[in-house]
Order: sequence, then structure tokens, then C-alpha cells
Amino acid sequence: MMQRRTLLTAGPVALAATMGLAACGSGASGSNDQPDSLTYWASNQGQSLEDDKKILTPVLEKFTKDTGIKVSLEVIGWNDLQTRIQTAITSGQGPDVVNIGNTWGVSLQATGGLLELGDEEMKALGGKDRYVDAALATGGEAGSNPSSVPLYGLAYGLYYNTKMFEKAGLEPPKTWEDMVAAAKELTDEKKGVWGMSLAAGSYTENNHFAFINAVQNGAALNTKDAKPSFTSDGVVDGVLRYLDLMQTDKVVNPSNAQFDNGTKSVTAFANGKAAMIINQNNANATIEANGMKPEDFAAIPFPAPKDAKSECASHLAGINMAIMDATKNRDGALQFVKYMTSEDAQKELGKPFAALPVLKDGKPTFTDDTEQADMFMEVYSERAEPLPLVPWEDQFETSVGQAMNDMFAKIATGGKISRGDVKKALQTAQDSIRA
Amino acid sequence: MTSTTAPPSQTTENEEPQAAPPAPRRRRTWFPYLILLPALVLELLIHIVPMVTGFWMSFVELTKFFIRRWTEAPFVGLENYSIAVDINTPVGQGLLNSFLVTLAFTLLVVGISWGLGMAAAVALQRSFRGRAIFRTLFLIPYALPLYAAVITWNFMLQRDTGVVNHVLVDQLHVMDSAPFWLIGGKAFTSVVVVAIWRMWPFAFLMFMAGLQSIPEELYEASALDGASPLRQWRNVTLPMLGAVNRTLLLVMFLWVFNDFNTPYVLFGTAQPAAGDLISFHIYNASFLSWDFGTGSAMSVLLLAFLLIVTLVYLFITQRKEKRNA
Repeated sequence: MMQRRTLLTAGPVALAATMGLAACGSGASGSNDQPDSLTYWASNQGQSLEDDKKILTPVLEKFTKDTGIKVSLEVIGWNDLQTRIQTAITSGQGPDVVNIGNTWGVSLQATGGLLELGDEEMKALGGKDRYVDAALATGGEAGSNPSSVPLYGLAYGLYYNTKMFEKAGLEPPKTWEDMVAAAKELTDEKKGVWGMSLAAGSYTENNHFAFINAVQNGAALNTKDAKPSFTSDGVVDGVLRYLDLMQTDKVVNPSNAQFDNGTKSVTAFANGKAAMIINQNNANATIEANGMKPEDFAAIPFPAPKDAKSECASHLAGINMAIMDATKNRDGALQFVKYMTSEDAQKELGKPFAALPVLKDGKPTFTDDTEQADMFMEVYSERAEPLPLVPWEDQFETSVGQAMNDMFAKIATGGKISRGDVKKALQTAQDSIRA
Repeated sequence: MTSTTAPPSQTTENEEPQAAPPAPRRRRTWFPYLILLPALVLELLIHIVPMVTGFWMSFVELTKFFIRRWTEAPFVGLENYSIAVDINTPVGQGLLNSFLVTLAFTLLVVGISWGLGMAAAVALQRSFRGRAIFRTLFLIPYALPLYAAVITWNFMLQRDTGVVNHVLVDQLHVMDSAPFWLIGGKAFTSVVVVAIWRMWPFAFLMFMAGLQSIPEELYEASALDGASPLRQWRNVTLPMLGAVNRTLLLVMFLWVFNDFNTPYVLFGTAQPAAGDLISFHIYNASFLSWDFGTGSAMSVLLLAFLLIVTLVYLFITQRKEKRNA
């Protein structure tokens, strides 16, 4: 009651106050008012936020030694990062430099909250040509100046348990069909062992597979004029193919519908509860931390169906680095980004974060297994496609990812998902996008 | 609405209560206003400004293209509202569905919490050995930090590793196969149970306090007249708790309808359709899709709905009160 009364009487006053606040709300492009310090928001790349801090601190200290610029670091979990960046952009208060998921590159560019990297800025970073072209392309809409540059590269691979495969006399699969056949062979429900484990309750993972399977079918998620197109046959069949791993092939434990992040399926794999997982190349550390020896698992490209139109095996995954438009240390921030994407820093961070190099001629350092390293590099440079480089990409991730969560949940709880259901769900997702 | 409390600055001498003897001339002084000032400023900052900003946001197209320069977001009139209420679009349909889920959720949680709270308070009304232990025990859910409590439920309700399935399936054999509690249709049951678990101690606490004020003689007198315990409850306890009851129901309704924390902590990012409560729904509409205008329009609609319910409720209860007086 109290609130309502005060609202009525004090409303006009508050309105005036808001307008007053609003008047000083708009910000200007970066300045150099505080050249001695930087705030850096790093994304969570290692096993934990604490781990990341330990890994990054010496690297940042070296930067401070070289330049005299002090860097205060905060590592932010993936569940919070996007909201934190939104808040920082809205308020103009926040970090100077920030890590972003590279699939958000265009969406965040559209907000205008990130510093545009024109010719002059690119020169300060050591030139456009240093970066792998496809990776740099995620930094902005086609034909525009990017607003972020690649920092860590990632790609999907199919990890399999070599012992289980040997015991069953199976060869590593080269096609989707082989993969499903092997998974069926290795599924032993009584023992609680399944052919595959999926992060089927994670919208961030699910939307990637909607994309990859669609591309394998020769379909795209956007039309030529950058509008969403989620309901073409290729997309619908691709999504259904992925859902069917649990629904008709029955090679995935229905419990996986509750796996709301990739680590849970990695753990299931490492504990011998699943023979295969599809994961980005940073799984090694988690697998080994759970007690699996490096020789007991291997990774191969995520296979496409026999009659696939494209051999796409991953989206072009990774982390980009951006400078906030509201930075008060523009030159320092540029120096810092250049440093973090330098050969030395890439080499040093590539191993603990299991990242693929984003520089041309960069050598992967994330594993001593050269075969695995070469395989991921090949996928990353030749068989990976970027998610749609459009401002509504983030909405694709949530709408399609959530729709797949729901469909997996329905399958897990005994329901049936038909092709028509998939099409309807994708239509709903498409209609909800305000492009 | 007519009983609006006028702000102090409007109280001129003419409007002062029409006390019969002419009041001695009071000197105007700024001191009372000065000590009110901090409270007013805080009230403005914490309640009013955000509310008004939210109201303003519901009329502009505040998408990611404008969050950087949000003052320049274009005015779109009622467009956000028409998107939110058009049930032929996925957005409107989602909101309607969420509204209905929330309504069912609220009625169940408030109803059952009320019943449990009342039963427990009446059971503990008379003094007996160990009463303090029960009181403490019953209040624990209310005293626990929300996040810790709800995340524990999340662990307990896991399909493969949760204690709920372990007890139901492995030990009691009530169910043949382990059900999912946090996805699919049963997610609704889960969120209702968790919310009741958190809410009923509050009802219990309020009733317990209310019962203290009922004179023991009333029970003695009615017992002499031969009233059964049920009759005593209906004709003594319930009417004497009238005021507590009216406030309690309203407060619980508003809290439960607005509950954000329980679904947010219980379900995390894998939010099931059956547990799509409205505050959480609006949060997702705003933050996951970066469409703060539509999100605000939904919030304003929610506020309007709750206001109407509150007004109707107060109107009815006050009229009843007057009739009884």
C-alpha cells in the first residue's frame, strides 16, 4: 500500500530526476585519462575461476613490468559474463578490456559499447594480417571494422575411449552412421554405460549442434539478407538427427537432459560412463583431472553423415578480446590486447587453457599429442564455420538452444518428438527473434 | 486510492484537522522536513526512480542497439505492450502460459502454506514439554539463507544422484524408475514443494504471534458451553485472527506471485516450461534476448495485475469488516 501512495505523490518529482540522470547518460569514445591502470575481465577458460587467476597473474605481471601499466583482473564465469557486459555497456562503468565468446562478436558490436577497431587501432595491434582470417571475421559484421580480435581458438572434436573401442573391436568412426553404430555397440544400460554423453540440458551447447548439423545438411540459419531461417529441411533434419541420439538410437542416457553444462558430460566420459563425447578441445585438462590417462582417450573430427553436403565438424569457436568504448586508457588497452595476442602470450596461455592459436603460423601448445593437435588445427582452419555473423546471433543461441533443452526434456521424460514438433519449435524460436 | 497521504509540504494550516478549539499558532519550522529528508531521498532512489525508469522503458525500443545510448532509444508507444499481450505470437503466448503457471503455483503455495502454518500454530498454542523445539524446527526453513536452501533442493532432486529418488526408488520402491524432478512436467511439483517449504514457516510465525493475543478466557468460556476444538477454532481462533489473516494472505500472495529466487536457483539456466514462473520469465525476456522494452512492458502489466488484485481484495475485506462491525 505504502508504495502505491508514494508512487502517486512523488511520481512527477522522480520523473524529473530520471530525466536529469538521463541527460548525463550518454558517453563518449575511449579516452586516455587514466594511462596507468587497466581493468580486465577474463572469461573462465580453465578448471575454475581461481585456477584462471593463478594462470593469468604472472602473464599480467610481465605486462606491468614491460609497460608500467597495472592490470586489475577479474575472472567471470560464463553464466554471468554476458549480463555483466550488458550492465557495463549500459552504465559506461566497467572494465577497459574484456573477453567475449566469439559468437557474441557481432551482437556486442551492434550495441556500440565496444571500441571500433579501425585502421589506426589495428595498426596499434600489429596489423590485421597477424590473425587467422576466419577467426578475425567473428569480430564484426561483414564489411565493417571489427570490434574484437581473436584471443583463444577452440574447435569441437569427437573424444572416444580407446580401451572401450579396442575391447569391442571397433574402429574410430568416420561417418555419423559409424558413430551411431559404435555407440549402440558400446551402450550397456545395465552397467550404466552409454555410447555417448551430451550436454543435452545446456542451451549454449545445444545451439552449436543445431548449427553444425544444419551446415552438414547444406542449410544455413540466415537468409542472404541476414534474416533468420530456422525451418528449412536441412535445419529441421539436423536438429532431429541430434535429438535422435537420445530418442531413437538410445545411445545417450536420458539423465543427460539435466546436464546443463559441458563439464558434466566430460566427467561422465572420464568416469567411463560414456564411450564418446563431442567437446571442444579444452576437454583434455578436465578429462585428465578426473583420472583418465592421456593414452586412454583420443579425439577425431566430429563426423558428418555419409551423404552430407558439407564436412563441417565444428563451429568456429573461441574467445575474442575487446576494448570497451568507455575506456579511460585507450592506448594502454590497445597495448594490452596486442600483448595478450602476441606469440609469447599465446604460447604461454595456449597450454593451460587448451586453446588453439589464433595467429597465422601459430603452433598449438595445448597437448603433447601431436596427432590430436594437428587434428584440431585442421578442424579449426578447414572444417569449422562461424555461427551467423548477424546482430541477432545471441537470440538464436537462447531461443533455439532453449527449444532443444525442452525437446530433450520431453524425450527424457518419456515423450515423443516428431519432425513436425521440431519444425514447430524452430518456427517459434524464429518468430521470437526481433531482428 | 482516495486516501492518499498528502506529502507534508501540502499540509497548510487551513487543512489541519478540524479540532474544535482553535489550535495555538504553531511556528513553521524546517526541522521536521530536514530529518525526513534522508528517508525521502533514499525512498526516491531505491523505489521510485527504478519504478519510473521501468515504466519509461516499457514505452521505448530498448534493445541491444540502444543500451549504450539508452536515452536515445526510440519511443514506440504501446508497441511493447502489444507484443507482450498478442497471444498469437510466441512472445505473447509464452507470457500467457507463464502467467497461468504462476497463478496455479501461487494458489497452491499460498493455500497449502496457510493450512500448514495454521495447523502448526494451533497445535503449538498450548504449552507442553518440547514446544520450543518444535517452534525452532518449524522456523528453520525460513531462517536458512535462500541460496543455500534452494541449491540443496536442487541436489536432492537430481535424477541419478539425488536423495529424493534414492529414497523413493531404491529404498521405498514407491516408483519403478527414477523420475526427473527438475525437467519435464514434474518440475512444477518440485518448485511448488520447495516454495511451500520456504513459505509456510512465515505463515506459522504470523499465526503464532496472532494467537498470543487471544485471551485464554475465550477458550475456557467456549469449552464450558461445550464447544468442540473444531468449533473453538472456527468461532474463536479464526475470527480473532482476522486482521492477521487478511494481511498475511495478501502479503503471501504478492511474494509468491513475484517469486524470482526459487525458480532461478532451483532450475538454473535449464529452465523447464512447467516451472516457467513469471518473474523468471520476464528476466529471461529482458536479459537473454536483450529486449528490455518488452521486458519492462511485461513488468508493468504484472504490476497492474497485482495492483488490481490488491485493490479488489482490500475493497472486499474492508467492506466485510465494516459489515461485521
